[in-house]
Amino acid sequence: MTNRLLSVTNVTISFGKREVIRDLAFQVDEGDCIAIIGPNGAGKTVLLKALLNLIPYRGEILWSPQARPGYVPQKVEADRQLPLSTRDLLAAKARLLKLPPAEPLGICDEVGISNELLNTSIGALSGGQFQKLLIAFALLGRPNVLLFDEPTASLDELTEEHIYELLHSLQAAKGMTVLLVSHDLSVVYRSANKVLCLSKDKTCMGPPKEVLTPTMLQELYASPPHYYQHVHEHDHESARERDLRIAPEREKW
Amino acid sequence: MVREQALLFVLVLFFSLAAGLVGCVALMRRMLLAGDVISHLALPGLGLAFTFKLNPVLGGAATLFLGTFLVWQLQKKTGLATEAAIGVVFAAALAIGAAITPSENLAESLFGEQQGISPTGFLLGAAAVALVVFAVFRLRDRLALAIFSSDLAAATGVRIARLDLYFLLLFSLTVLVGLRFMGALLASSLIIMPSATARQLTNKLSHFFLFAVVISLSAVAAGFLLNAFVLHFSTAGPTIAIISATLFSLSLLVRAK
Repeated sequence: MTNRLLSVTNVTISFGKREVIRDLAFQVDEGDCIAIIGPNGAGKTVLLKALLNLIPYRGEILWSPQARPGYVPQKVEADRQLPLSTRDLLAAKARLLKLPPAEPLGICDEVGISNELLNTSIGALSGGQFQKLLIAFALLGRPNVLLFDEPTASLDELTEEHIYELLHSLQAAKGMTVLLVSHDLSVVYRSANKVLCLSKDKTCMGPPKEVLTPTMLQELYASPPHYYQHVHEHDHESARERDLRIAPEREKW
Repeated sequence: MVREQALLFVLVLFFSLAAGLVGCVALMRRMLLAGDVISHLALPGLGLAFTFKLNPVLGGAATLFLGTFLVWQLQKKTGLATEAAIGVVFAAALAIGAAITPSENLAESLFGEQQGISPTGFLLGAAAVALVVFAVFRLRDRLALAIFSSDLAAATGVRIARLDLYFLLLFSLTVLVGLRFMGALLASSLIIMPSATARQLTNKLSHFFLFAVVISLSAVAAGFLLNAFVLHFSTAGPTIAIISATLFSLSLLVRAK
């Protein structure tokens, strides 16, 4: 029997009089990889922040005592010119959580942050390196649930591929439970066992094959989604997964 | 008299140490202006204390800490309205302070005075500086995370609003120590300028703190001694602030890559 890590019941999130999310309910079990999709402004980032208790909400968000969430935000509002190095930042979190001083080094090894990058000021990191820093930061303290908000927005394809490889290895090697906000349906197909769709008028949840139908996507994104389904004779499933990409405008950093 | 002046000199050096540390955090957390406004809120308190013949430090402390809570509350909201509100508080505090401070005490309230300090005053000031240094050290990791990202810090368990309040209180306590010889207008200058100067010189966190403290100590020592032996103004505050501003200008020429 799988352990339930998170129960969300009748959650409503508003900014002033505007309800961004209304009466949302879903559950997350140990080992799940849930992709959260929806058009811009549907409340995907807001939902992750509410799950982490960073913003107020109505309803109930109940984490199991075993859950240790880690968060990789879509963007960080930090001044990139801050005199902080990767090492400073990871060491500060490690001390705060009373972790062994060597733990940041182990995490950096896993994520692919070199010794040179450790000593680099955060302002000098490339987009991909900065994303790795955010992932390493989230992994400090050994979380068992990772909340990943558009982890590859604004990254080039090669770096994007690398970040997703990392995500898959975390899932496979550590059995990490993942909540992933993504616009990339090929990634959703590849990674997620459940999809949570958010839009102004409709929410739904289910396995990707049931949820990511053309009709559902059209309803979700309101305008006709510019995706195409390209099926090869020999490799039916993988080609379908690879080519099913949605192309409404992506949220920018 | 000489002993009281010596005690004052040592306390000013202690103050500059706290000011350098607090300034670095304030600069990175983008709280320099909020802190600056808080320091001006000491003026109405000084005015009231002079009017009712009370200890000026007590009067300054009362309105400083009241102002800290006010600015903290305003700062929790973001946006133009908050900036405007903080600006209004600043102008109103200055105006009320100027209106109620007896004219013979106005200059020293604004720019400080250089009378020696009693051993008790020295010990209280030194204890306040020790508290500030200890608290910045204890809070350094929470502050580093909050400076990087409030959301990530909060997700790590840091209570951001409470941390900001603690920090503003430390800022106010530092201003209070410097109030006597720098005055309500100049006390925060020694928090702002050394950190701004150090930021031009390094991109490394530990060097940033070290440089700010060294610059702050140098400006204070040079300003105090220059005034005592050469200029003989009624207070060293303006000389210290001018030296700090000059060091900042020079730092622009050798800005760290």
